[in-house]
Amino acid sequence: MSKIQVVTSINHEEVEFLCEPQETLLNVLRETLGRTGTKEGCATGDCGACSVLVDDRLVCACLMLAAEAGGCEITTIEGIASEEGLDPIQQKFLEHAALQCGICTPGLIIATKSLLDRHADPDETTIRYWLAGNLCRCTGYDKIIRAVQDVARDRARDRARDLAGPA
Amino acid sequence: MSEAIEYKIVGTSPVRPDGVDKVTGRAQYGADLNLPNQIYGKVLRSPHAHARIKRIDIGRAAAMPGVYAVITGEDFPEPPEHGEIGGEAGGSIADLARNIMARDKALYHGHAVAAVAARSLSIADEALAAIEVEYEVLEPVLDLDAAMAPGAPLLDENCFTKNLPEKPDKPSNIADVMVLARGDVDQGFEQADVIVEGEYRIPMAHQGYIEPHACIANTNEAGQSTVWCCTQGPFDFRAIAAKVLNMDVADLKFVASEIGGGFGGKTVVYLEPLAVLLSRKARRPVKMMMSREEVFRATGPTSGTHYKVKVGAKRDGTLTAATAWMAFEAGAYAGAPMGPGAMTILAPYQLENFKIEACEVLLNKPKVAAYRAPGAPQSMHAMESALDDLARELNMDPIDLRLKNAADEGTRAPYGPKFPVIGLKECLRAAKAHPNYTRALPEGAGRGVAVGFWFNVGMQSSAEVHINENGTVTVVEGNPDIGGSRASMCIMAAETLGVPYERVRTLIGDTESTGFSNVTGGSRTTFATGMAVVQACEDIIAQCRVRAAATWGVDEAQVLWQDGQAIPAPSVNAELKPLSLADIAANAVKTGGPLLGHAALNAQGAGASFSVNIADLQVDRDTGKVDVLAFTAIQDAGRAIHKAYVEGQMQGGAAQGLGWALNEEYIYNADGIMENAGFLDYRMPVASDLPMIDTHIVEVPNPRHPYGVRGVGETPIVAPLAAAANAVRDAIGIRIHDLPLSPPRVLAALDAAGG
Amino acid sequence: MEAFAYIAPSSVDEAVAMLAKHARKGHRAQVLAGGTDLLVQLRGADREPRTLVDIKNLAETNRLHLGKNEIFIGAAIPSAELNENTKLVESLPGLLEAADLIGSTQVQGRATLGGNLCNASPAGDTIPAMIALGASCVIAGGKGQREMPVEEFVVGVGRNALKAGEFLVGLKIPNPKSRSADAYLRFIPRTEMDIAVAGCGVSVTLDAEGQCKGARVAIGAVAPTAILVPAAAKALIGTPLDDAALTAAAAACSEAASPITDKRGTIDYRRKVVGVLCRRATAIARDRALARQATGE
Repeated sequence: MSKIQVVTSINHEEVEFLCEPQETLLNVLRETLGRTGTKEGCATGDCGACSVLVDDRLVCACLMLAAEAGGCEITTIEGIASEEGLDPIQQKFLEHAALQCGICTPGLIIATKSLLDRHADPDETTIRYWLAGNLCRCTGYDKIIRAVQDVARDRARDRARDLAGPA
Repeated sequence: MSEAIEYKIVGTSPVRPDGVDKVTGRAQYGADLNLPNQIYGKVLRSPHAHARIKRIDIGRAAAMPGVYAVITGEDFPEPPEHGEIGGEAGGSIADLARNIMARDKALYHGHAVAAVAARSLSIADEALAAIEVEYEVLEPVLDLDAAMAPGAPLLDENCFTKNLPEKPDKPSNIADVMVLARGDVDQGFEQADVIVEGEYRIPMAHQGYIEPHACIANTNEAGQSTVWCCTQGPFDFRAIAAKVLNMDVADLKFVASEIGGGFGGKTVVYLEPLAVLLSRKARRPVKMMMSREEVFRATGPTSGTHYKVKVGAKRDGTLTAATAWMAFEAGAYAGAPMGPGAMTILAPYQLENFKIEACEVLLNKPKVAAYRAPGAPQSMHAMESALDDLARELNMDPIDLRLKNAADEGTRAPYGPKFPVIGLKECLRAAKAHPNYTRALPEGAGRGVAVGFWFNVGMQSSAEVHINENGTVTVVEGNPDIGGSRASMCIMAAETLGVPYERVRTLIGDTESTGFSNVTGGSRTTFATGMAVVQACEDIIAQCRVRAAATWGVDEAQVLWQDGQAIPAPSVNAELKPLSLADIAANAVKTGGPLLGHAALNAQGAGASFSVNIADLQVDRDTGKVDVLAFTAIQDAGRAIHKAYVEGQMQGGAAQGLGWALNEEYIYNADGIMENAGFLDYRMPVASDLPMIDTHIVEVPNPRHPYGVRGVGETPIVAPLAAAANAVRDAIGIRIHDLPLSPPRVLAALDAAGG
Repeated sequence: MEAFAYIAPSSVDEAVAMLAKHARKGHRAQVLAGGTDLLVQLRGADREPRTLVDIKNLAETNRLHLGKNEIFIGAAIPSAELNENTKLVESLPGLLEAADLIGSTQVQGRATLGGNLCNASPAGDTIPAMIALGASCVIAGGKGQREMPVEEFVVGVGRNALKAGEFLVGLKIPNPKSRSADAYLRFIPRTEMDIAVAGCGVSVTLDAEGQCKGARVAIGAVAPTAILVPAAAKALIGTPLDDAALTAAAAACSEAASPITDKRGTIDYRRKVVGVLCRRATAIARDRALARQATGE
């Protein structure tokens, strides 16, 4: 069985790896590349714990072959914080106690980023349906939704302020 | 204990100290660690629900290139004759040993029969396929009625029902029975003006933690093993593994990773002893991870149950008598929560005449494990449904019916002791006064109310508190942090010492670096480990007073501790500046050495936590679909140390309870194979299935804890099953006795009643 | 010894040639689009090694064209992308709703209409919606391209009409006529994430007086394949799509269903619910068509 060489970009960093044809992106991220922030909950696309962004699109890493990742731009949880510190999504999850065991949290943060990058002002229903692919067994989702709403509110306020221009 | 105490930090909701690592993906869970040179372990599982294992031939597998070790039941020592698992997990060590690796019989589809360790997961798979097992397939028993019927196929020819007045002369699948009785039920029913009866069935359900079990074991040539794993209790795992493997606990080191949910399901071992044996044979670290399918097929769900309940009351609502008969599916080995089920069913009520009969039954399904208040959700589902019907018959508000009979301080619980101060009535009154109880319901919706209860336990905990040279505080304890407990320990330490929350860190030690602690479970962590942390802090304060006295040249009795500082007592006649914890720490080398406080206890005085839930559900009469419109959880926390995490427990337990009530169930085919062993068809609630979950924390402090804490983790799952069932009853006017309230069941009930 | 392989052809001809070559040699080859079914199958019952032929790099399978007479949707376009195209959503709301119901947001980021169709699950959400629209498959093979109606494409549980060496390039959907609209509903026990227990896709065309002059009704998850129910259409045509007509169409759907009892639903339950879905989906399609009429579309 010959391995495939893949060149891709993960969190804006060029990455090269070898993989077996049937290996999933999730396997490669975790086992080959040692980036264990993306979690395996089911490996069948039913829980969202392995959520990543591929070319800005929210996907389950367990539903993609590593071989398909060539030439893509992949964002994992390790790429969400920046030199300035935590992303507001991460900060609000902490402030709202939107995590208990934390295993679903990386997937949810990625899914939330995807949601808010596309929907400026999602209502509660939109948020819940967008995040329906991310199972959480600990929180009952309440504080997660509130954290997301809080980030959306802050972004709306920042946008309004930017539109208003300098004082 | 005064309730008017104003705390600085207790009751607030600061950011948890381990939070940054968890939102950035740095925190390491069970499958996240990799050791150099590691190889991979996988388990061969029985394809039959019931079979005698005649022969296992591992020759081809062991000889395969890249395979380092193969083990079967023969590689394990004889299961020990004595020893119970203890805690909230039921059953004997011997049965647990047989559960994690079958010996002469495979007792459920998925039962482990062999394991391999190989260079890669795919080679491990090939090795499993090369193991030849000869089975004598036996007829499985898959439901309570079949398992209890005379002449049923037996799982264990040596199982003679325990605790019967006389030992039976024939073996059966009924492993154990229990009776709790008081007074005269016949007379009690005679006094009743109204009697309600009901029969209720609930299938098996799983804890549903998102993280599958995972571990790495590493054994050296001296036979010492280190096991990294996700666990609710590294010390309990060490104890169980030592017994199963006949090893000295000193040769086993268990390190708890972060844990992605447990709910009781990770209080017992599955992979760990296998990984130890494989790593011993292979002389390499062995990493093992369960797939989601394995989690469903081969780890303990909670019991499916069958209840029959009868309850009588006078016109004014006073309960006069109650009987309950309950049967629990134990699965392959005994250890179902029949005891807690029997003890909780009438716990919220004053009642002089009752008879509760419980039994647990072996059948060819996985051995059940603890699931959040084991036995109580099933018990409350039956009793609270019956009481709901009773309230209707009496034309009485359901909360008033509960208030009329509510247990209180001094009430003798059905299981014997008198309740100390408890908060049931406060919860009931809070529910009645809550706006959600009286607001209007839309068309097609109904409202249901139910009471929940859990004893909560104490058990053993240890804690050390180290004061660093700069006065910052490090707390070390042995309870894996599943829901924010590090934050609670930091809060209690900061409050006790009088220092800011940010100056305290809590770390979770492993079995070699901290003192013994029982599991994170049983709703005991904030209570018992919190108590140990507080005592360790008080130890520090006592030492600080001694150090300050030495520094000032005064008597220890003349040193007070206030707001994080040593101050001279008013009687001292000198200008002495207060000494902060940092000051004392900086000077510690001169006054006696490092500052280290500790405590180790077997916590007594755990306080029960009662709850009341209000559920608003809407039924689509054309399809039977049930939607959750609103849910209100009211619970007595004693004192909420970290308010948001207490709310989180209430909301999470509500979600699990609602999932259990509406859609979750183990579906078996006639061969005993689970048909829905995945998150697609084992249907847990998703974000769009639930509304915001309103919470109201009642605080009736527990006088036996320094901050008044009552455990809160388990009670939240107890009432939602009945609250949902009662809401559906209210919505459609028909009592559906069984769960889940899945659309086909609801529609069938509507059709049977004439639409 | 068969092994897994992955190849990503860059033209239709190359893809056809690869598939044909494997077929000739008796090697198993499988087309990979979104992969949301295929990768799950690889972990589950079907672990046999095979060559995966990725068709996502072809211009034709990525083509989305809203033409004068018909709409072409390439087989590699993820459902999420389709749902971001406002014109498409306006034209074919029912189909796009169906596409939006496949799995989760994550699944929709990869899943395609083409894959949903080729996977040929009895419960595939987009299939009844495509049948209701009179969609047809565009198939590439050794002898060039051919077309066939979607309702003939799925031939059994998990089986489609593709011959060896062929693959689905895309779907052609006739532009909705004026005063036409479609709708798709499915029944699941939760609010998301479940496989359909029953599904119904409806397309109706009204005349100037609001009477139904054309209809197509297709049901899913209640038979080995999604099926067109001509009797349901007949019950709608010539009526104002009032309660009586909806009831008759619903009954026709229940009658046409031949469901099984499995872990997701019983025969009785599915039969009943597919009727309820037909009634509700028809009402939605009707209201959409009336709204279009009102706005003069």
